[in-house]
Amino acid sequence: MRMEKVLANRLLQLLLPFSLALLFTSLVLLWAGASPIEAYGNMLRGAFGSREKWADVLVAWVPLVLCGMGLAFTFTAGLWNIGIEGQMILGAIGATWVVRLLQLPSYLLLPASILSSLLAGALWSLVAGILRIYGKVHEIFAGLGLNFLAIGLTNYLIFGPWKQPGTATMSGTEVFPSQAQLPNFGGLALGPVEIGIAGMAIGLTAILLRGTLFGLKLNAIGRNRHAAFLMGLRIDRNLFTALALAGGMAGIAGGIQALGLFHRLIPSISSGYGYLAILVVLLTGSRVLWIAPVAFFFAAVIKGSLQLPIEMHLDSSLGGVLQGALVLSVMLFRGLQSRMLKEKE
Amino acid sequence: MKVELRAIRKAFGSVRANDGVNLTLEEGHIYGLLGENGAGKTTLMKILSGFLSFDSGEIRFDDEVVAIRSPAEALRHGVGMLQQDPLDFPAFSVVENFLLGWRKGRRLDRRRGKDLLRKWAEGLGFDFDPDLPVSQLTVGERQQLEIVRLLALGVKVLILDEPTTGISLSQRETLFRALKALAEGGKTVVLVSHKLQDIEELCSRVTILRKGKVVGELAAPYRTEGLVELMFGQIPSLVPRPQAALGDPVLELQDFCVEEKRLCLTAVTLSVRAGEVIGIAGVEGSGQRLFLQGCAGLRRPSSGRIFLKGIDMSAKPYGRFRSEGVAYLPANRLEEGLISGLTLTEHLLLSRKGSSFFLDRNEAREEMTSRIRSFRIVGEPETRVEFLSGGNQQRALLSFLPDRLTLLLMEHPTRGLDIESTRSVWTLLLKRREEGTAILFSSADLDEIVERSDRILVFSGGRMSTIRRAEETSAQQLGEMIGGRGL
Repeated sequence: MRMEKVLANRLLQLLLPFSLALLFTSLVLLWAGASPIEAYGNMLRGAFGSREKWADVLVAWVPLVLCGMGLAFTFTAGLWNIGIEGQMILGAIGATWVVRLLQLPSYLLLPASILSSLLAGALWSLVAGILRIYGKVHEIFAGLGLNFLAIGLTNYLIFGPWKQPGTATMSGTEVFPSQAQLPNFGGLALGPVEIGIAGMAIGLTAILLRGTLFGLKLNAIGRNRHAAFLMGLRIDRNLFTALALAGGMAGIAGGIQALGLFHRLIPSISSGYGYLAILVVLLTGSRVLWIAPVAFFFAAVIKGSLQLPIEMHLDSSLGGVLQGALVLSVMLFRGLQSRMLKEKE
Repeated sequence: MKVELRAIRKAFGSVRANDGVNLTLEEGHIYGLLGENGAGKTTLMKILSGFLSFDSGEIRFDDEVVAIRSPAEALRHGVGMLQQDPLDFPAFSVVENFLLGWRKGRRLDRRRGKDLLRKWAEGLGFDFDPDLPVSQLTVGERQQLEIVRLLALGVKVLILDEPTTGISLSQRETLFRALKALAEGGKTVVLVSHKLQDIEELCSRVTILRKGKVVGELAAPYRTEGLVELMFGQIPSLVPRPQAALGDPVLELQDFCVEEKRLCLTAVTLSVRAGEVIGIAGVEGSGQRLFLQGCAGLRRPSSGRIFLKGIDMSAKPYGRFRSEGVAYLPANRLEEGLISGLTLTEHLLLSRKGSSFFLDRNEAREEMTSRIRSFRIVGEPETRVEFLSGGNQQRALLSFLPDRLTLLLMEHPTRGLDIESTRSVWTLLLKRREEGTAILFSSADLDEIVERSDRILVFSGGRMSTIRRAEETSAQQLGEMIGGRGL
């Protein structure tokens, strides 16, 4: 009886909203005069049609997972870390800075620049934390403001001090020397370092959040900050730590974008993955082991929808429609469910 | 308009706030609704004015059954309520607040509003500047504004919830004069209060509620002892009390003042000895919570000093108080004391000292199992705290306290608990006392205060008005002191 109930709940939480999102996207497709079946087929092929495409999906998955893991900390602590996007951008800036500054062999330069991206992201998140805790600026507004600042800073660097010799262009800074590029699997955009870092992030987050006193404290603070304070927990310190972990992981994600994918700093270095990761975490909550597969689904949708303009002359933003519809319908069903529960009482 | 409430029932979870209440209000009278905290007075009036829904029963206006689903609907029927904390918009000006809720016209006609406001205010003897932002008014003036606003909206039944809390004596006089004038003009006025003095001065009839039920209806003039007895139930005579040996002073207060936005606790000088139990009596919101939080280090004293075992703690943070062996258990167990969504074991892991960084959940579960047994908590180590009953939540809170405590500060230690749970909580508390912990607790239950304390503090309006030895005090006397008499 109880098992059935749990199963029914899962169904309600996953299948129904997913179907609703597909239905909505199909309607949008029909309205645009395209066959939904053909479009979904193309998206599948676009995501998994070849070795290269699989690799591309994983290339998008790595930053999504890193940001998602980071967000799991702030989410658990009850913080809305919208600033994740800016933290990611700062990570890319941090990595680029080290690449431009140091002349080192690859095995030293890459760790140094990844470390720098971690620190840059973490420091940027602490700015939001300071504004939140000492300035009483809500972290949503602090984060949003800092995101714009981060974009401004990137553009300033690309068109100012770090511009390409000759003329500055939107295409970004000079391409990194080969010792500053992450190694990849023969000809693919993907390499072992990114995968390794993503795996480590998942492991670290799972252990910290589920198996340590620190994770339990964040959980307590997120659920009831005041009661946690009365219990004697050090609220500020734990919130700062959660923010720093989130910023650090997002920073590494940004660093990987620069070191592994674009091999330079470009204006939209984050590809919006920070914001997308917020959607992922909205779907999963801070259940770490769910973040990875959901992020994978999102990555597949992004890459798969790139096929749409090529094959069907549809805009690739349809992928975004599907993602957005999915998040909204999951939240909708969650809302309906809690309302039903309330009425039952 | 004649208002009838018939067999109104309203439960919050397992608490029956209104348990079949009948009340009839006739035009042109001032009614009193008397009862101690939690008796169900405010709930009943919030139901009548549309702020709360009710479970069963009916409301009739002039013999017609009406459905009131929102405050706006109640206003349309002519019922308006002045909440204990005025529901105004501090950022807006007086006249803007006055105009809020007008249903006619789209344009905000400030000039006409000001004229109307002045007319109403003068009629009642109120006086305020229409252009001042509400945030600059006193509580009394905000009340007056709210009354004028409700009357201008056509209210025929005016309900006031504890209107004399936090206002000055002259404002009280003005208010009472205005209310009498309104009743003479044919309005119905309902005064919700737990102050005997208010009721005796103003109300021609009074209905007394206790534990969600009407226990008496009287007409003026009243016998004070009669009112007290109805409010608090049978008052037992003095009980012999066991003497306990007291130790050295652990808490000393010298001209100790704590401030909050609305309330300023005036200087308290007090010395509490190890093993002493002190009960704090007073109408809710008279400064008891502020006082306890000040003693817990949650609020810095605005002046004066606080010493723990001789150490000056006046400027020390809360964490330092905790490490000196001070514990504070707030009244809202589930909102402040415990964290919903976490299990008993997780609470233990968080609250005890020396939990290791990597959690050993098995060990903690065993430890919790043994505490569950010794504290008689009905629940499992993996039970989430929100599924425990009130008594079990309170025992769980006590089970998480550290072994050695200097000072235990509690708000309403047995509020909402049944007799059995109350007894077991006090058994645990008295054991602490024998170990030398000083206990300060606030309670609305006068019997509890008289029976359990060595000394009693009475608070009213942010003032500690009296210190008395419990053995020389009866609950009856205490009730009168709280009601503002016989100080």
